[in-house]
Amino acid sequence: MSLTTLPRIQKRRSPWRPVVYLLLVLATIFYLLPIYLVLVTALKEATDIQLATTWNLPNPWSWGSFVTAWQAFAPKLRNSLVLAVFATVGSAMLGSLNGYVLSKWRFPGAGIVFPLMLFGMFIPYQAILIPLFQFLKSVGLYGSIWGLILTHIVYGLPITTLIFRNFYAEIPDEMLEAAKIDGSGFFGIYARIMFPLSVSGFVVVIIWQFTQIWNEFLFAVTLTNQASQPITVALAQLAGGEAVKWNLPMAGAILAALPTLLIYIVLGRYFIRGLLAGSVKG
Amino acid sequence: MKLHGDRVTAFLMLLPSLILLAIFVYGFIGRTAYVSTTDWGSNPAQALALEPQLEPVGAANYVGLFTSRFNARFRQDLVNTFFFTLFFLVGCLGLGLGLAILLDQRVRGEAVFRTIFLFPFALAFIVTGTIWRWMLQPQGGLNVLPTLVGLPKLELPWLTTRQQVWRFDWRHLPAYLAVIVALVLLIFAWRAWRNQRRGRGATLGVVALALGVWGGFGAPGLTFLPYSELHGFNVAFIGIVLAAVWQMSGYTMALYLAGLRGVPEELREAARSDGASEWQLYRHVILPLLGPITLSAMIILGHISLKIFDLIWAMAGSDNAVTDVPALLMYLRTFRGNQFAEGAAIAMVLLVMVAAVIVPYLWTSLRSEVRR
Repeated sequence: MSLTTLPRIQKRRSPWRPVVYLLLVLATIFYLLPIYLVLVTALKEATDIQLATTWNLPNPWSWGSFVTAWQAFAPKLRNSLVLAVFATVGSAMLGSLNGYVLSKWRFPGAGIVFPLMLFGMFIPYQAILIPLFQFLKSVGLYGSIWGLILTHIVYGLPITTLIFRNFYAEIPDEMLEAAKIDGSGFFGIYARIMFPLSVSGFVVVIIWQFTQIWNEFLFAVTLTNQASQPITVALAQLAGGEAVKWNLPMAGAILAALPTLLIYIVLGRYFIRGLLAGSVKG
Repeated sequence: MKLHGDRVTAFLMLLPSLILLAIFVYGFIGRTAYVSTTDWGSNPAQALALEPQLEPVGAANYVGLFTSRFNARFRQDLVNTFFFTLFFLVGCLGLGLGLAILLDQRVRGEAVFRTIFLFPFALAFIVTGTIWRWMLQPQGGLNVLPTLVGLPKLELPWLTTRQQVWRFDWRHLPAYLAVIVALVLLIFAWRAWRNQRRGRGATLGVVALALGVWGGFGAPGLTFLPYSELHGFNVAFIGIVLAAVWQMSGYTMALYLAGLRGVPEELREAARSDGASEWQLYRHVILPLLGPITLSAMIILGHISLKIFDLIWAMAGSDNAVTDVPALLMYLRTFRGNQFAEGAAIAMVLLVMVAAVIVPYLWTSLRSEVRR
């Protein structure tokens, strides 16, 4: 399943052509309208924001909102970064090992264990939130970023395992057999064959996990305190307040969105592969 | 034997993850189930204790959710979730399929359009919610958009409206369900009859008729509530559905586009040379092939919509009863109200709803994989 355009036989021009483009342009407006509004609002001075002139261009243009938002959000962005990096690397490493075992070292009962693992990916996290909250409190990790990292590593395991298992299933068993004859063991095969061949698998998993963890809210709002909260929680608090002028939440929204948007724009191919792998049986 | 040792190593490498998931998923679900049958939270002194003393109360929390006057909000939340899921699915599938078909027409700049339609998916629900909260301001945003081209401004109250439409009495829910099931059975009966399976059709027809009559008379003998309680579709959800579709329709577009690209060109050419118009080609050849994609998209979107939490929090606030859903109410009851047992009961209801969607999906997709 690839999204790239396949070469096609040229067909006669249809009279519906202009309609197709018109609809696509209308859809484009629908998807970009909010972005226009965010940008012009964020680039206005707080005193310049009136509901009636929402759509007007800023006059004068001002970067002040970004400066203020950056000052307020820099620590939260740092929390999000630490969280997303550690939790992504942790769940990707474990998921890779799990996928390797489940695809190449099948053991009796794997057919039962694997769906039981996958179910953990779909549960509403409310169903584990109370014991998780109690557990983190009892081990002293409640309120800290490390508790949140641990949480994301554990609940990231099903999806990373699934993606890696499907990825490793493509690597022919004959390569492993050859390596075994050459005397490689479990770790030797992993280090010399599986890991080097799975670089693009790692890219997919890392992008997917980073995006999901950066964007996550329920765990973040329940398990962190003021000092350790990630950007999503800080943004929700700011935007929920009534006193704040809208330039600030809009600038904050841009700051919160930039990392995942950049990933999407620069590494879109891998992003979409993760998206398809995470939802459709590969 | 070396090979045997490696197998043991492999299993040992997997073991920590298995143990973690066994505890964090199944152990914790079990614990939540247990908490939901206790009185945790009814005594404020115990609520936040590190080792709270819990007394068993059986199914009282669940009975309370579905029958107590104080929990009408929870029942409205179920109605909200139902309508949200319905419109969210219809919106995402319809728009996603439409866009995918448009992009399938070999348009110029396809990659640019694709990138634009899918980018909201990269955003956090909190970011989307913050943006759309501003878009849907009653005196600004979308409402003043028409003034740019000289039209009068709109007066839609979006998220702030308290209006409810399609109201129904919760007490009559069994009756409504009976009539709906009867209608579905009737369709099956008709199809069986037509396919020369007269006996089966007749049996189904009789069952459907009996169920319909029973429901038509208000399902005597089965009442959810002893008193009348009105619920309906909260109009304030239209804005939230709009934002959710904006965010997620690119995802269905990507799924459908991948599916359309999987339709072999020979098949299209064969249909065309048989004289099929483009419309007939899609209607009779291509769309039926997209059935499995629609089903998995429905399941993925459905389970997201049952769990929707952050988008509503960011758009309408966490405390707004009108736009409340069970996922939000669980958080409020548990972590704001310290009603841990009741929160756990809501969480279990949510889990059952999600599991009803996901378990058959996992079951069938993994079984088909084994067969492959």
